Amino acid sequence: MIKNMNKINRLFAILLLVPALALAAGDHVRLDRAPINEEDHASLQRGARHFANYCLNCHSASYMRFNRLQDIGLTEAQIRDNLVFTGVKVGELMRVAMDPKDAKNWFGVAPPDLSVIARSRASADGSGADWLYTYLRSFYRDAERPTGWNNTIFANVGMPHALWELQGEQVLAERKVRGEGYMKTEMALKLDKPGQLTPAQYDEMVADLVNYMVFMGEPVRSNRKTIGMFVLMALGLLFIFVYALKKEYWKDVH
Amino acid sequence: MAATPKEPVEFSGAGPLNAPISGVLTWVDQRFPLMSLWRDHLSQYYAPKNFNFWYFFGGLAMLVLVIQIVTGIFLVMHYKPSAAEAFASVEYIMRDVPMGWLIRYMHSTGASAFFIVIYLHMFRGLMYGSYRQPRELIWIFGMLIYLCLMAEAFFGYLLPWGQMSFWGAQVIINLFDALPLIGPDLSTWIRGDFVISDATLNRFFAFHVIALPLVLLGLVAAHIMALHEVGSNNPDGVEIKKHKDAQGRPLDGIPFHPYYTVKDMVGVVVFLFLFFMVVFFAPEMGGYFLEFNNFIPADPLKTPPHIAPVWYFTPYYSILRAITEDFMLVLAIGVAAYVVLIWLTARNQRVKFAASVIGLALIVLMKGGPLAIEAKVWGVVMMGAATLIFFLMPWLDRSPVKSIRYKGPLFKAALTSFVIVFLVLGYYGTQTVTPAGTIISQVGTLIYFSFFLLMPWYSAIDKTKPEPDRVTMR
Repeated sequence: MIKNMNKINRLFAILLLVPALALAAGDHVRLDRAPINEEDHASLQRGARHFANYCLNCHSASYMRFNRLQDIGLTEAQIRDNLVFTGVKVGELMRVAMDPKDAKNWFGVAPPDLSVIARSRASADGSGADWLYTYLRSFYRDAERPTGWNNTIFANVGMPHALWELQGEQVLAERKVRGEGYMKTEMALKLDKPGQLTPAQYDEMVADLVNYMVFMGEPVRSNRKTIGMFVLMALGLLFIFVYALKKEYWKDVH
Repeated sequence: MAATPKEPVEFSGAGPLNAPISGVLTWVDQRFPLMSLWRDHLSQYYAPKNFNFWYFFGGLAMLVLVIQIVTGIFLVMHYKPSAAEAFASVEYIMRDVPMGWLIRYMHSTGASAFFIVIYLHMFRGLMYGSYRQPRELIWIFGMLIYLCLMAEAFFGYLLPWGQMSFWGAQVIINLFDALPLIGPDLSTWIRGDFVISDATLNRFFAFHVIALPLVLLGLVAAHIMALHEVGSNNPDGVEIKKHKDAQGRPLDGIPFHPYYTVKDMVGVVVFLFLFFMVVFFAPEMGGYFLEFNNFIPADPLKTPPHIAPVWYFTPYYSILRAITEDFMLVLAIGVAAYVVLIWLTARNQRVKFAASVIGLALIVLMKGGPLAIEAKVWGVVMMGAATLIFFLMPWLDRSPVKSIRYKGPLFKAALTSFVIVFLVLGYYGTQTVTPAGTIISQVGTLIYFSFFLLMPWYSAIDKTKPEPDRVTMR
């Protein structure tokens, strides 16, 4: 009888794993892993600056307040002097002046709000950070697009390559790669005209920017984990007492 | 007529406050059935002493209900049920409301936790025959709670007004559209508009925060009152009330308080540990508890490439998608085979006649040329039937024993297959449609319904073991 019960329990444990073991179907994109560290305040601060310089002109982050950047080690004065360009107060939301209707005319689509973009871009292929990191490094020149730019992981994207002066211009070129026993060609990105940054510097800059966007997606993220540790420790401690209490009461039940 | 004055309440605690506490308790008890409620439901409610792991989940379901209600109240203080403001107000809660993120994550994790706990609670009932006579009503109230919970979750899921909120609701409401004659009007009536809009969001909000919680609380009260009327089942499936001592207390029963209150506290702490692990370290749970797409505000003009309901609905969603036009023949043959089975085994002529008439009508509606209803509608019907069929459990199980411990290999195999199929259907419900996935879902659908519909036969002929006279501790 006891054996039976154990069998049922074991079977149940195995069953719980079934969905996890099955492989997801559908088409996938290969994403590069974003080398980010959410505890690295220097990286987050650089990312915030890049964000204010390059993104915040067209994209809003209208659920995010400027003064929340204090969470990554900036003072209110630093934020006001270095990051707020439009003269709004430091306690206000990161909005943009661009009219969505104009934007739609210019780009074919209004630039999305970026507050939670890092969370929304997560998928079975990788985290939202991986997607953004790959996306911002995958623009290439495409004469057929109205903006002159296209992207390998976001086909016919409406956004032009805002960072092209830094990265330079990539093109999609044929490349010979080793297949199984034969050479095959595939299309791959190639840096055609170098920009102000070397490829390594550019990757680093994008990583900082993505790191910041992950922070912006959930500013409480690192704080939440710290609080979580304390909560779990408290529950662990409580467990000892409630377990002892149960043992004490139940010792005469046979 | 004056009520007979009640005895003073003796407070048995130690210390100088003994007398005043007794006084207050006496004063209350003479005006309100305080002590008798306490005795009937806690200190002198005798529960079987052999509850095992599976008996934690009823109490835990109540805990999650309380978590949902309390966090829900705080969310409503800041949430704005308007299409223009809902998404932003959720992010406002996540960022600007002190500890708002914690309240929101507890609520979103609580929704999934509720279904995990309820599914385990239902599985317990299936294993130990807790739905059997005299507990049919407990089971029925429980199933009503389950249906109510699904509605509550569905309405709540629209409120963040993200892409999945919007398109998930779109898919479900469009199901009603498929119903013949009344369909289009019915779905417009549900939405309060011709498309999902501000009006829909507002009424879903009303259902989510007022209507369904009230019904849910009432049903939970009924569930527990019915339980305490007949007494709890146990892993052996034998009635503890058959053997009582001189005072009329079941020999195998122990007072719920303090024994199960202290035991449930252990379960609560372990549960909260796991719950808060998710809340603090993986609130999205890999996209299963909070879908990634739902971080994009609802856009009626942009259909997401892949719309999947939240995980707890996916077994039923799979059944819905499994019913395709070419599967209708299989279903019709299934119905015919079922009627033949009834003909071969039933002794009552009226049962045979009724089965034939109903079976024939179903077959005509499934495959009867011009009279047939389209497969889409049958998908909706089958999905509904898959949730409602649980209600029949008390009358489908014809085994002489209640607990799986004494049931035979047939029932064990059937229940195991059912659990596997439920999980497999759940998995395929999260995936995009593939030909292989559809066939697996169709086979799964057949097994799902066979578990219930064939139960009167396999549970009756199964080779059971004799039940013990008293409960066993193991």
